[in-house]
Amino acid sequence: MRHLLSTRDLGRDETIAILDVAEDMAGVADREVKKLPALRGKTVVNLFFEDSTRTRISFEAAAKRLSADVINFSAKGSSVSKGESLKDTAQTLAAIGADAVVIRHHSSGAPLVLAESGWIDAAVVNAGDGTHEHPTQALLDAFTIRRRLHGRAARGKGLDGVAVTIVGDILHSRVARSNVWLLTTLGASVTLIAPATLLPIGVREWPVTVGYDLDDALAAKPDVVMMLRIQSERMHAAFFPNAREYSRQWGLDDERLATLGADSIVMHPGPMNRGLEISAGAADSAKSTVLEQVANGVSVRMAVLYLVLSGTRLAGERPATNERTAS
Amino acid sequence: MTETIIVRSARLSDGTSGDILVRDGVIAELGTVSSPADRVIDADGLLALPGLIDLHTHLREPGFEQSETVLTGSRAAAIGGFTVVHAMANTSPVSDTAGVVEQVQSLGDAAGYVTVRPIGAVTVGLEGKQLSEIGAMANSRARVRVFSDDGKCVSDALLMRRALEYVATFGGVIAQHAQEPRLTEGAQMNEGALSGQLGLAGWPAVAEEAIIARDVLLAQHVGARLHVCHLSTAGSVEVVRWAKARGIDVTAEVTPHHLLLTEQLASSYDSRYKVNPPLRRDEDVRAVREGLADGTIDIIATDHAPHPVESKECEWEAAAFGMVGLESALSVVQTSVVDTGMLDWADIARVFSRVPAQIGQLAGYDRGIAVGAPAEFTLYDPKASRVFDTSHLHGKGINSPYLSTTLPGRVIATIHGGYATVLDGELVDAETISRHSAVQSGAHHG
Repeated sequence: MRHLLSTRDLGRDETIAILDVAEDMAGVADREVKKLPALRGKTVVNLFFEDSTRTRISFEAAAKRLSADVINFSAKGSSVSKGESLKDTAQTLAAIGADAVVIRHHSSGAPLVLAESGWIDAAVVNAGDGTHEHPTQALLDAFTIRRRLHGRAARGKGLDGVAVTIVGDILHSRVARSNVWLLTTLGASVTLIAPATLLPIGVREWPVTVGYDLDDALAAKPDVVMMLRIQSERMHAAFFPNAREYSRQWGLDDERLATLGADSIVMHPGPMNRGLEISAGAADSAKSTVLEQVANGVSVRMAVLYLVLSGTRLAGERPATNERTAS
Repeated sequence: MTETIIVRSARLSDGTSGDILVRDGVIAELGTVSSPADRVIDADGLLALPGLIDLHTHLREPGFEQSETVLTGSRAAAIGGFTVVHAMANTSPVSDTAGVVEQVQSLGDAAGYVTVRPIGAVTVGLEGKQLSEIGAMANSRARVRVFSDDGKCVSDALLMRRALEYVATFGGVIAQHAQEPRLTEGAQMNEGALSGQLGLAGWPAVAEEAIIARDVLLAQHVGARLHVCHLSTAGSVEVVRWAKARGIDVTAEVTPHHLLLTEQLASSYDSRYKVNPPLRRDEDVRAVREGLADGTIDIIATDHAPHPVESKECEWEAAAFGMVGLESALSVVQTSVVDTGMLDWADIARVFSRVPAQIGQLAGYDRGIAVGAPAEFTLYDPKASRVFDTSHLHGKGINSPYLSTTLPGRVIATIHGGYATVLDGELVDAETISRHSAVQSGAHHG
């Protein structure tokens, strides 16, 4: 795998192969010495144009468990905030000798531009770009669902027949987009529930079921309910009247939690707005996988960093267009 | 005196062939010419089109000379077969006073490659708050007749009404950049399934169509003339078609890129495809082609928008809107509407020369290539084919969406004011041009 830019262009076999490597990586966390020498001598740069402490420390932990050297480059307070271009930043990182760049950017498509620019030769991992994609989040969500369903026997399996309902701000959510592509590739059926103002135009052309009513969606007994974070700025831009109305109609409160099936699970990518999109009862219930998601995030990111930096060709992986053809 | 030029065996857009004699800045003879000449151009197999007129060009000077100057933009125009460009008002200072428009015009005269007609701003500083000194610009040496806040929409309905009424008194026209600002806050590309998937903020078609609908009704109400810039959606074509059927005095333009390219190109996040208005869907491209063919859309205009390299060499959202278009325009028009059989070359002469001249109130273009008409024409080889690259660009901008693609046709020569600005497919050097231009203006004033 040369880069990880989106889940939309990942095939099923390739995805399962990544999740299986992540299973191997998860074993490391259970050891007394939580470290593998796999990426010794490799330099991973966390290039964050947007604040995200959670994602950054997850990638940092993943790289360090593989013995890579980690450089954190935050755009805040750096020359980037003074107008340095992505090009200059990329060339600087190339000169420093970065082997992989984990990029979080407010502009959709920035990781693709970086990967195809020729400014830097490093592997590029998308850690969230604008309202486009957040592929490692979707991989860790799929990993979490697969483990809940199959436990230690998860290897090699997809998510065939699993019903996943994603609730909230689909319009602005890169997590939702990456999950729609990845979960459906793995065989799950996805339902999106949101106020009409927070659904993108054209969403009915996605391979999903779309609805507005959370209670109707829960009555269908989904296996997984994934609640998305509501950003406070959405409330000021007239996407919905106010937080109370949103919470009443699209929040997972204790009553709605009680209607879920015995084996169903509640997911949230974090950070949560307790009392808004999810009640404390739901967040802390046995159905909640919020902390498993965080732990699994490290394993999945270890797998991704390992695969892009070791140059492993995965099953079903299409050859990269910028790769030299073998003669 | 100016040179005498014989063009041998050119094919005219009406299908006839013959020689063209250019003497003293006018077309002196057509048919079989036996007079002596200073220069003979062999045009066997070439098409002679009346000089192209661009009603929508960003020359960037004064203020943004790192992007383009009047001279470099004029050179890009000449190599594209143009003899007139209309310079948009979003310069710095904004072209909202007589002084600025006269400066732009005199820079154009000094460059000498094309006639440069300044467009005046509708509102002071393009701010949409107060009418600019429209009368002073109209009465200035530049005799401005087209007014536009292009780049921004005159979104205030009352201000738009006043502007339409005000310019009607001297037969001017408001060229509206139709973009409802609230519906397009932060917008990056056409709103649809693709924008949702790419996570780029959507630019809905209705933001364009709603303004056009409002403006045609305003124009009807006050009895004024309206021109719609760079119409880009199927719905806009329908609104203009409806307005014309009601007898409303509206004209509309489409750009070459909206005749050829679609939003699918945004999937690459390559900011060369970022443009205002955005590239639209396949069905919109079909609709604007049909609108141009049936006369709903009156003219083609380039919206040539040069930018420095750093404004495009970045992530999509940070990149500037716009693409250069003068050098590629005729080739793109050929591939999109001529080679597809929707328009013939006589139609192209109409939509790219005669009607733009009417809208801009330019004399000398009403008869095309005819005896006694000013010598303004271009010789074009429609059978040529080329892989378009930066060597074909002659302005300062290289932000062309056509680089590395194969385009048909090539401009071989352009005659402006009776002298050649392009010969053998190459620009004539700037000193020769300014010498010719000085002789020309001496002949006019002396």
